[in-house]
Amino acid sequence: MTTRIVELRRGILKKNDELASALRASYTAAGVLVLNLVSSPGTGKTTFLERTLKELKSRGLRVAALVGDLETDNDARRLASSGAPVRQINTHGICHLDAEMIGRHLNGWEGVTLGGLDYLFIENVGNLVCPSSYDLGEKIRVALLSVTEGEDKPLKYPTLFNSADAAVITKMDIAEPCGFDRALALRNINEIRPGIRIFETSAKTGAGMEEWLAYLAEARGVL
Amino acid sequence: MHELSIVTSVVESVTESLKAYPGARVLEVRLRVGALASVVVESLEFCWGIAAEGTPLDGSRLVVNVLPVVVHCEPCGEDAELEGVQSFRCPRCGEPCSDMRQGRELEIDSIEIDDGEVKA
Repeated sequence: MTTRIVELRRGILKKNDELASALRASYTAAGVLVLNLVSSPGTGKTTFLERTLKELKSRGLRVAALVGDLETDNDARRLASSGAPVRQINTHGICHLDAEMIGRHLNGWEGVTLGGLDYLFIENVGNLVCPSSYDLGEKIRVALLSVTEGEDKPLKYPTLFNSADAAVITKMDIAEPCGFDRALALRNINEIRPGIRIFETSAKTGAGMEEWLAYLAEARGVL
Repeated sequence: MHELSIVTSVVESVTESLKAYPGARVLEVRLRVGALASVVVESLEFCWGIAAEGTPLDGSRLVVNVLPVVVHCEPCGEDAELEGVQSFRCPRCGEPCSDMRQGRELEIDSIEIDDGEVKA
């Protein structure tokens, strides 16, 4: 028996990372800003996205969304009420979206081409752990947190908040009855991701949406 | 939660590399995993046997080397290792640091193989 050590030095998610790089290049070439929305189940990603799609559409922008869930097309049907093209990705038990699933669902999406879009939103599977490992080629990763979840969520799930480019606090309209400690939540987010842009929003009342939309416009401007 | 998919990727990747070593058996696989990679080492180890079964990696050991988070502190002009992942501040001067230099790695470092050659 002869044993030897073979150096491999290779990323475990190399295949995903390569696919994500190819997607990123195609987004850039098409001039579409792609965002990946990540949060726990129940944070209000769909409601927030529904409002965002409607607002952008009313400003004459071309938007579309891919939405990931383990099962059902409920979210896609809800989002479609905004009038934007929406495609559901069912992962059938897989706890995150990966670059292969995105590529597969962009191909053959009837009536939608990347070149015909200003914004593409990807609503990830509700999960604060696994989606952070998988690059989808997005320009901006958005971590969402609702006022009902507890201010220490960024400390409990540091990887996700640390890898995010922007943070959105949702359901601000019920912050007071929930006893939400705003200062503490902002401090915790900053402790994990110093200097991150934070938006305090309510998709119900529209609070904070103007700042969020201005950020989207600005981000697209520097594509 | 996604540890089984991670170890399955490791098994596929190592199996691919083994083409250069026909007949070799894998004894050990060494990973480098950042403290902020969001994988649970115990779960990786738990899933290892299941993922390796029926492959040339069957019966091999999985060794996971966890790397601490390293940030670059602008005011200090130096890299610093963080003790945990609860606060991204320079341990020297206390300034917030967003420039991360290590901690998200998810890599296969090396493998130890028995390439089956019998020495005369």
